[in-house]
Amino acid sequence: MGTSEDQTYFVNFGPQHPAAHGVLRLVLGLSGEVVERADPHIGLLHRGTEKLIENKTYLQATPYFDRLDYVGTMNQEHAFVLAVEKLMGIEVPARGKMIRTLYCEIGRILNHLLNITAYVMDVGGMTPILWGFEEREKLMEFYERACGARLHANYFRPGGVSFDTPQALLDDIGAWTESFPKIIDDIETLVTENRIFKQRTVDIGIVSPEQALDWGFSGPNLRASGIAWDLRKSQPYDSYAEMDFDIPICKHGDCYDRYLIRMVEMRESVKIIKQCLAKMPGGPAKAEDRKVTPPPRAEMKRSMEALIHHFKLFTEGLRVPAGETYTAVEAPKGEFAVYLVSDGTNRPYRCKIRAPGYAHLQALEMMGKGHMLADVVAIIGSIDIVFGEIDR
Amino acid sequence: MADLLLNLWVEYLWPLLWIVILIVCIVLPLLIAVAYLTYAERKIIAAMQMRKGPNVVGPFGLLQPMADGLKLFLKETVLPSRANATVYFLAPMMTFFLALVGWAVIPFGEGIVLADINVGILYLFAISSLGVYGIIMSGWASNSKYAFLGGLRSAAQMVSYEVSIGFVLISVLLTVGSLNLSDVVMAQKSVWFFIPHLPMFVVFFISGLAETNRSPFDLPEAEAELVAGYNVEYSAMPFALFFLGEYANMILMSAMTVILFLGGWLPPMDIALFSWIPGPIWFIAKICFVLFFFLWVRATFPRFRYDQLMRLGWKVFLPLSLAWLVITASVLQFTGLVPK
Repeated sequence: MGTSEDQTYFVNFGPQHPAAHGVLRLVLGLSGEVVERADPHIGLLHRGTEKLIENKTYLQATPYFDRLDYVGTMNQEHAFVLAVEKLMGIEVPARGKMIRTLYCEIGRILNHLLNITAYVMDVGGMTPILWGFEEREKLMEFYERACGARLHANYFRPGGVSFDTPQALLDDIGAWTESFPKIIDDIETLVTENRIFKQRTVDIGIVSPEQALDWGFSGPNLRASGIAWDLRKSQPYDSYAEMDFDIPICKHGDCYDRYLIRMVEMRESVKIIKQCLAKMPGGPAKAEDRKVTPPPRAEMKRSMEALIHHFKLFTEGLRVPAGETYTAVEAPKGEFAVYLVSDGTNRPYRCKIRAPGYAHLQALEMMGKGHMLADVVAIIGSIDIVFGEIDR
Repeated sequence: MADLLLNLWVEYLWPLLWIVILIVCIVLPLLIAVAYLTYAERKIIAAMQMRKGPNVVGPFGLLQPMADGLKLFLKETVLPSRANATVYFLAPMMTFFLALVGWAVIPFGEGIVLADINVGILYLFAISSLGVYGIIMSGWASNSKYAFLGGLRSAAQMVSYEVSIGFVLISVLLTVGSLNLSDVVMAQKSVWFFIPHLPMFVVFFISGLAETNRSPFDLPEAEAELVAGYNVEYSAMPFALFFLGEYANMILMSAMTVILFLGGWLPPMDIALFSWIPGPIWFIAKICFVLFFFLWVRATFPRFRYDQLMRLGWKVFLPLSLAWLVITASVLQFTGLVPK
């Protein structure tokens, strides 16, 4: 047994551990059940995404963003697509912006549903995850009907989205927004005021506002600590400026607050989705600039020029003017950003990805120290980490 | 010579054979009940979680427990290289054995009991306390960190909750004036004990959850923390024995709850329609009712943390059951209701 002189008991928590949310390997130093050290080891899911992107055209790079945080996929495409648009100076039509906003919020609900329910399962409540998956399934069908893929959507493109959404789909999303709050209510009745759940999460893993800033927190985890910072409000992109929604914040920064904040955010997301549907403008869903977006197939049958554009776009790809940009979006997990450097060719010179989970995971030792083994599980659940984005 | 043989048969062999037959009559339905308890658990929890549960193997998935059992039977038994083989294999056997042996004193109906001994309650208490050995042995013998932590947790938990179970039992036996389980049931002819002893009924049920390591006290096998706890290294039949033992213990604990608080085999009211139904049927129906609560709780509650569980046991249940014991004794004394 791994007992050192100071009587610390070392346990390898993961990488094949059911509560490790993927391939987290956490070396825990325990004194009895009290955690003295929590040392996250990362890299087990490293795929070299950033390097791969350097060797792909801009269009070929978007699918990699689906595979980072594979729970809220479109939100990450959004960051990359916005960065490319910024460098190229493309104006996206209003409908394209609105559809992207709509699907970003669907992605947020997808993410929070999985996180909340998996988190409750980590502390032992096994029912919410099955209720949540029922709803996620419906949302994934909306993904599928928009772009043909349930998970790895590759739907957002520089200049808009790859296909326009049919009205029937928008109607179905509208119907879903009516039924979904009932499911949130159900989960809340089972979890929110549950005494055992509160005992397990209240005052566990407290992060003060200063600590949250010091450790680079963002997104719901930052807001749970009481800092009202949301990129959708502070630097609105796409259609967020037109939307009326609130940024919930909590005060204590403990695991329970991180749960509450996500529950409220889901309701806010439903609000945004409803507004998107109500305000959905007509017109094209992608820019009409043929140097950026491919022409419709029918046009290619008639026009030589359209055929050439199509051929050039899908062989050579976009040519992005030289320059660099840091573009951030409010992904479900926090500030997801792309630092994109273009040297004027059809491939990015450098594409640095800022994943929120990476910053959250590094604070695990700070949050978990002095707590018990079971609390570390609750903390991991509450900070919402997905290894796809941490290891990249 | 013939006399001697006859004597041997009448005095020794036949009683022995008879006992063996009786044991088989109890154990066989019990094992089938355990198998179908797993099925019921999966179906009931599935319904609560808006899914279907097992429905492929056999009609309505009724053969699922058999298929699971067969699978476990055919799998390879893995012995971890650093495990202590003797203790490692002894532990599941012990758990399973203890889960079965408790049934010897359970009265299924009036006079329908294998061993109608006068210390029935104490016997049951002793057997259920011994259950901790199987778990601590498995945790230690596996020589694995997760199993070891699981074993330690379980030992502490079971020991803690037995204390309050003990006081609950004393409250009941004060009211009955006997340790014989049949007497306990007969004493509930007028009113079932869960009415006068309601707080103790609740304490007993919750302690029963803890004693059988069921949710929300399933810390020893908390999958989110300890992967599977004490039985993480076990596979195939040794694992099946743990599994069967755990579920048999659940049924035993439900049977104890029924006998002590829900009137055993007695019908709810002594009227014609109810008393036509034979006692054992009532007994089984009540056990099913209690088991349903076991399953319901599992689908509903998150899991306690280790120290919270200890606090509940020592700082809430223990004083409560102790106080109730004093109250019961005083009330009985001053109202002159002391039995016999």
